[in-house]
Amino acid sequence: MKKLINDVSDVVKDSLIGFEAAHDDLIRVDHQNKVVYRVDAPIEGKVGIISGGGSGHEPMHGGFVGLGMLDAACCGEVFTSPTPDQVLAATSVVDGGAGVLHIVKNYTGDIMNFEMAAEMAAADLGVRVEAIVVNDDVAVQDSLYTAGRRGVGLTALLEKIVGGAAEAGADLDAILALAQRVNANGRSMGLALTSCTVPAAGQPTFELGEDEIELGIGIHGEPGRERRPLPTAAEAAQLLVEPILEDLDYRGSEVIAFVNSMGGTPLIELYILYAEVAKILQAKGVRIVRQLVGHYVTSLEMAGCSVTLLKADDEMIKHWDAPVVTPGLRWGK
Amino acid sequence: MGLDLAGVTAWLRDFADQVHTNVDLLTDLDRQTGDADHGSNMDRGMQAVAALDMSSFASPGELLKKAGMTLVSTVGGASGPLYGTFFLRLAGAWPTTDDAAGLGAALRAGLDGIQSRGKAILGDKTMVDALLPAVEAYDKAVAEGVASALPAAVAACAAGRDATIPLVARKGRASYLGERSAGHQDPGATSLTMLLEAAGRTLV
Repeated sequence: MKKLINDVSDVVKDSLIGFEAAHDDLIRVDHQNKVVYRVDAPIEGKVGIISGGGSGHEPMHGGFVGLGMLDAACCGEVFTSPTPDQVLAATSVVDGGAGVLHIVKNYTGDIMNFEMAAEMAAADLGVRVEAIVVNDDVAVQDSLYTAGRRGVGLTALLEKIVGGAAEAGADLDAILALAQRVNANGRSMGLALTSCTVPAAGQPTFELGEDEIELGIGIHGEPGRERRPLPTAAEAAQLLVEPILEDLDYRGSEVIAFVNSMGGTPLIELYILYAEVAKILQAKGVRIVRQLVGHYVTSLEMAGCSVTLLKADDEMIKHWDAPVVTPGLRWGK
Repeated sequence: MGLDLAGVTAWLRDFADQVHTNVDLLTDLDRQTGDADHGSNMDRGMQAVAALDMSSFASPGELLKKAGMTLVSTVGGASGPLYGTFFLRLAGAWPTTDDAAGLGAALRAGLDGIQSRGKAILGDKTMVDALLPAVEAYDKAVAEGVASALPAAVAACAAGRDATIPLVARKGRASYLGERSAGHQDPGATSLTMLLEAAGRTLV
């Protein structure tokens, strides 16, 4: 294992110390609970927006804390969901009297820990908590016989749009409805060129040959659904976009297109992929109205990428365009 | 030993040692079908439990409750709420005397807690596949006392763990693999069997 760390058991702790030092104009870190807060939390009368999950997906979620996006992010161990007391601590701090939304990615552990936290918040704090469970990954067959689709790339888009609505003063019911609409209209698909190494495990989560890819991966270095020979960027774009278009009818719609690096794939390759994605969508009559290309929802140092397409309505576009000032996303102000 | 504070203390310490010794095994199993963190997560949690001043608790129930809360707040993932809920439910039902039926009822309460938190049923390739047969085997032998019922539960638990190997996962992260999850032993059923084996060594 070749990583710039001090001690495998201190990876999250040490990273948060540096994160706070680098962005002390925007965020504060509760190091005891490993929670990142926006510097001005709680904001009186504003719905508090909290997300969280395992670490290793940076900039998600801590990097999305700030004006126009999240009020707090709960940082679990690498690829491990945060615990209920972390989420409870975040909930009590960001509550500005208008209720709190938990943004939860659909993983067994995340669901259970956030559920326990919501039960505790209702009992101990009397705070109204609603939750949106993001499940946009078309690689997982959505059936009663699995844990259901994973929450992946769409989470970043949802956090931006919902955060914009909260900043504009929307109430919790409106925000929950918007979050549900974003989740219903977004789909993602990813592939890996390499595995990644969880620091505590010390070796790659799976082995992949030089000329192979793993198609249909999630964001935790878990193996995907199928192994294939290394494609060109044009073929890769087909492999990612087609299952998305087969899953949801995008014909004639306007989309936010998000091409995301899993961590190790450089921008020069992401832009090649973006061009191919745009070409496919144009041929299918899908209009890209906004786009995001870069490293946003990562899986440590994994090489690979994901594509997310969100059918966007006017309200979503308005909140997408609204100012955001976070360590990971900044525009419009 | 028995079901008193000394017995439960020995049980928790034995389990913490087992997890610590087998941290790589648990992580390796999780690497095959999951995300390679079961060993390190359980070890972090059980080391925190082992660090509790166990002799200071007024009753085994109090100790089990604190152990459950400690696991919930230190493990994370799915194992934190599941093991945490198991110990919290166990705490609520723990017998006040060395009572075989009482231990059976406590184990049943723990199983019910895990199933209501995780929604898994027999055959989903989870810890339930080890714990459910263990609780049933215990109940079947309960009339013969803890000294007979607990070893029967341990044997059924290990058999249930081994029986997860050919299963296709329907819950948890391994379920994303579909058919590819078959052929691997479930890490949660493996650590759960360590917990029952530790009970067999310490509570009898």
